[in-house]
Amino acid sequence: MSTRRTLQSAPDLLADLDAEAMDQGKLQTEEMLINMGPQHPSTHGVLRLVLRTDGEMVLETTPHIGYLHRCAEKIGESVAPYQYVPYTDRLDYLSAMNNNHAWSLTIEKLCGIQVPERASTIRIIMAELNRIASHLVSLGTYGLDMGAFTPFLYTFREREYILDLFEAVCGARLTYSYITPGGVTDDLTEDFVDRCRAFLDYFVPKPAEYNQLLSYNHIFIERTAGVGVISPRDAIAWGLTGTCLRATGVKWDLRKCLAYDIYDRFEFEVPVGLPEGGVMPVPPGMPPVVVPAGVVVGDSWTRYALRIVEMYWSAHIVRQALDRLPAGEYRAKVPRTLKLPEAEIYFEAENPRGQLGFYVVGNGTSIPSRVKVRGPCFNNLSIVSHVCRDCLLADIPAIVGSIDIVLGEVDR
Amino acid sequence: MVEEPTRNGLLYNRFDDGVMVTSVDWLLNWARESSIWPVTFGIACCAIEMMATGASRFDIDRFGAGAFRPTPRQADLMIVAGTVTYKMASRIRRLYNQMPDPKYVMAMGACTIGGGPYARHGYHVVKGVEMVVPVDVYVPGCPPRPEALLEGLMRLQDRIRMQTIARRGPAPEKTDI
Amino acid sequence: MSVEEIGSVLSERFGDAIIEFVAAGLHPHAVVAAGRWHEVATFLRDDPRMGFNMLRSVSGVDRQAQNELEAVYDLIAMAPPEGSREGFWAARHALAVKVRTERANPHIPSVADVWPTADWHEREAYDLLGIVFDGHPDPVEDEAGRHPRRILCPDDWQGHALRKDYVFPEAYGGIPGRSEIDASKPVK
Repeated sequence: MSTRRTLQSAPDLLADLDAEAMDQGKLQTEEMLINMGPQHPSTHGVLRLVLRTDGEMVLETTPHIGYLHRCAEKIGESVAPYQYVPYTDRLDYLSAMNNNHAWSLTIEKLCGIQVPERASTIRIIMAELNRIASHLVSLGTYGLDMGAFTPFLYTFREREYILDLFEAVCGARLTYSYITPGGVTDDLTEDFVDRCRAFLDYFVPKPAEYNQLLSYNHIFIERTAGVGVISPRDAIAWGLTGTCLRATGVKWDLRKCLAYDIYDRFEFEVPVGLPEGGVMPVPPGMPPVVVPAGVVVGDSWTRYALRIVEMYWSAHIVRQALDRLPAGEYRAKVPRTLKLPEAEIYFEAENPRGQLGFYVVGNGTSIPSRVKVRGPCFNNLSIVSHVCRDCLLADIPAIVGSIDIVLGEVDR
Repeated sequence: MVEEPTRNGLLYNRFDDGVMVTSVDWLLNWARESSIWPVTFGIACCAIEMMATGASRFDIDRFGAGAFRPTPRQADLMIVAGTVTYKMASRIRRLYNQMPDPKYVMAMGACTIGGGPYARHGYHVVKGVEMVVPVDVYVPGCPPRPEALLEGLMRLQDRIRMQTIARRGPAPEKTDI
Repeated sequence: MSVEEIGSVLSERFGDAIIEFVAAGLHPHAVVAAGRWHEVATFLRDDPRMGFNMLRSVSGVDRQAQNELEAVYDLIAMAPPEGSREGFWAARHALAVKVRTERANPHIPSVADVWPTADWHEREAYDLLGIVFDGHPDPVEDEAGRHPRRILCPDDWQGHALRKDYVFPEAYGGIPGRSEIDASKPVK
């Protein structure tokens, strides 16, 4: 005898399907646990999101990380500060110059090393160019998440010119190890300043193209405006930094508020999230960015647009740095075996994705006894479980993409 | 630990040595090498160079390999781009198993070849992806330049060109396929 | 407020709970007794003179020589603009707090309800150093007791990697821990 129950043979099944309940929307649907990742085109790396969904609505998101845990802190306790520079490259591999910069400043402050002004200026040029390159990747891949393939090709085209400049000074395209404790590893090439100026002249009209393609695209605005709104209080409580924090309206940038290196000698403005109709401040001579209707302060569109405006301001800083590049040494005289004092330091620098912090404990030898890497994306990602609730499934890539994570920094 | 890939498809290992299969070989191999579809599987820094290879300056699409498939079930090639950790290793194996034959694996970057810079002090790093999946091509570099990745792709194309549907070894057992 | 003033306010209010206060140097910090850390944390966040609203980082440190594990909390007070230049938020003051506990049975009260940032940071400190944070919002119960869920290493990972006496695993999940070339050389 077959035990398969069909609708005709089991009248009690029919009783469950109460037609009236279906009309009134009271029918119980099953909740589903969907696994997104660790291999997924939209998770920007090996991130696993477990979503509890009710149809299209995501009720709860649980991020699981650690798929790229490369033991950066254990390595910090095993090698000397110079040897650690290549490992800092690989933390947030899209902004390797900025990571090197943060590490070098930490060690210099700990050991009391004075860096010559030419070296500092070169560092700022490299850091800001890398900020532009990093934001270009962020914008391109965000467009890719939203289904737009062309902006990705455009932004990578610009990025290749920046990588050419980097390759000219240090030979590498992605992991530079160029900024080291004491200065930089080698001086700029003779034609660097001219090439850099030519690149900036070429680059400045480009974000307007991205605005035409993507930023003011009706579908893009529908998908990102009002999605993933974070309040300033939540942002500070959850430790958000960088663009994610500024998008909520909190005007906080370490380059201005706790100025490090020689950033206090440069003129630049820091954009924050504005309500609709607001005009984001841009350097003179560059087209303005106006906030369209539907956008709320702290949403995904604001985080995306702030990166475009930050690219303008980084280009402005690089121009100033090229103008005031002094002659001199590109490196301070630092002993080959650098002995760290018996002291500790916690130092943070403003990376494209937030504040990268290093906590270093020295014990009198050349190898630190503890290196803690405070990755900005670690904190930025932790808010996903708080924000990605009661939203649509299609909003998840929009929110996670706008927070702009790089798993190398999350997992270290 | 890792078993060799099987070649028990419809065409392989069916024909005796005496049968002339060169034109069919040439056609099949040309079709396969000109449309190697990779699975989007970037793990770490090498993934960015893989993306740059797919972008406009280096353009992997002119080799036919530009159609990156998000699902391994439709892909031919898994470019393991980035450090393999113990937590990730089982997922890589699962993705490899989900790929249909004929499938190829390219180990991109120093981390996948032997652990890379993390080989000595990385407790959570697998010292080479060959401990997890069988590898066809190794591309050294940290990260390898896009030109190096394209060279690796061309080496893989050479390997594919060497394939033949004629039987090379003893006759296989009858399978249900 | 200067760092010294913060130190005197804390000592006045909490007395013995503030074991030590170091105001000079590159990293001014207070050493707080683990038993009253939650109380001190709430005060640091809520008191208008303190106002430490952002927890920047929680680092676990293995002080093997003193047979202790330590959690270092780096805090910063960010104040909204009130007539400051161009509307920038100001960094009022920054302070670090160290909480020490014994290595054999490390327990520190969790401050994840004070600063939600601490949630993931404490999970990481447990994962890499073995410090058990009592009252953590995401606990797991197993033969090691009730502890925060691991975050970076897999859930069934043995040992805590950043301890000075950590031995690298021989294998995990069937995959050997060292390649054949390295097998001849000892790993420190």
